[in-house]
Amino acid sequence: MEQPIKKKVKAPLSVEHKIKRRNFISFGAFFALGGGAVAGWKWLLNAPEETPGITGGAKAPLRRALNKTELFFRNFFSNNHTVKTYPKERAAKTIRINSLIGIDDDDFDEKNWKLEVKTGGLQSLRIGIDEIKALPKTEIVFDFKCVEGWDQIQHWGGVKLSDFLNHFKLDELATKNYMGLETPNGEYYVGLERDSVLHPQTILAYEMNGQPITIEHGAPLRLIIPVKYGIKNLKRIGVMSFSNSRPRDYWAEQGYDYYSGL
Amino acid sequence: MKEIKEKHAFLMRWTHWVNFPVLAVMIWSGLFIYWANDAYGISLFGVTYIKFFPEWFYNYFHIPQRLAEGMAYHFLFMWFFFINGLLYIIYTIFSGAWRELIPQKKSFKEAWLVLLHDLHIRKTIPPQNKYNAAQRIAYTAIIVMGIGSVITGLAIYKPVQFYWLCLLCGGYHFARIIHFALTIGYVLFFFIHVVQVILAGWNNFRSVVSGFEVIKNAEKVNDEKITEHGTAD
Repeated sequence: MEQPIKKKVKAPLSVEHKIKRRNFISFGAFFALGGGAVAGWKWLLNAPEETPGITGGAKAPLRRALNKTELFFRNFFSNNHTVKTYPKERAAKTIRINSLIGIDDDDFDEKNWKLEVKTGGLQSLRIGIDEIKALPKTEIVFDFKCVEGWDQIQHWGGVKLSDFLNHFKLDELATKNYMGLETPNGEYYVGLERDSVLHPQTILAYEMNGQPITIEHGAPLRLIIPVKYGIKNLKRIGVMSFSNSRPRDYWAEQGYDYYSGL
Repeated sequence: MKEIKEKHAFLMRWTHWVNFPVLAVMIWSGLFIYWANDAYGISLFGVTYIKFFPEWFYNYFHIPQRLAEGMAYHFLFMWFFFINGLLYIIYTIFSGAWRELIPQKKSFKEAWLVLLHDLHIRKTIPPQNKYNAAQRIAYTAIIVMGIGSVITGLAIYKPVQFYWLCLLCGGYHFARIIHFALTIGYVLFFFIHVVQVILAGWNNFRSVVSGFEVIKNAEKVNDEKITEHGTAD
């Protein structure tokens, strides 16, 4: 900084002096801001993890950012934005199995399976696979995308989730903000916001490549939700519920974005 | 006699220095994401020559098993990257600074001469203003690359909502490849840039912090420019 020794005599600064002065100010500011950036980065690196709850495993500020970013990008969501579909010949013959979380118990018996829909209080609706298969079938061949980064063109068949909800008079319940799905053993679970649930390409699938779904792919009934990453495409649906707050979500508890929408 | 010559506007300096750490965080967190599906390498006739990335690289930088964390960082710092870049572009357009930046017709021919000069093959260099021909091309390219990263990034981030962007990028796969290649481009740019800045010297470096350069002889402004600032890249 210039030193105001004698204010009365305001001699113009020499070039040398000007250079020194501007160097001092600019490099001072440069290092101060740089130091601030380093301090800010350290703060973020050392920020505590969020309190485990519906979401968990992320640093608290990063979780706040994920949630805010979700709100921004949900503005772009539209039922008119559909995932690209392909001819059946393009579909993979061997569909990739990436995880068996929630469906790896040996004593599961497909024949005794019924979908339990919680309709409020202690009441629930129990729906058999034949009732579901009796509904109009929808098929989709699309590029299934995993949060890990891989993708595969797959062919699924089942009932549109919105048709299912209409048919079983669940549309009133489905006006709630979220749907929760869990495997029968409750070890894998996802939460989905209403818009994605009602998206026209979201289906409850019981067929893959024109054949019944195999056990590793979630027989007898699984979710196929092309507007979400694979982690939301729950296999072997056991329980369906509706709520206005976020239902628990397996991967959101482990640091992943709750929304995970595409 | 010394003279102060204004060179870089405050906004250019600000966005330059903000971009450096932000891009570093984006590349770092991007590696966490890439690790989860590290599909790329360079192969010829079935032999892989370069695999992105070798195991020791991942381990050295503690990359494995951090996908969720990587995404969380990436989707926060993408905002800073985008806003900072947008600020620079808006400033450059409205201030008229683009005139000094965008390559001219002659730039592509001249850039070759600049390269030869920088490699000490050619002694002289074409007369130039703030940026030489090679710099014009490089610095414009880096902005275009930044725009490319945002577009391809959005295309793989929301391929359904921004399906038209995904289409524009040649599909989901190709968008991811471009997004990755651009990152490799930044890293190469960074190394060349740093070497050039070191070679160009203190006066040039200072101008990106304090905004001005010192010219030693006012009468020989043009010659000074050529010899002093010719090599910054």
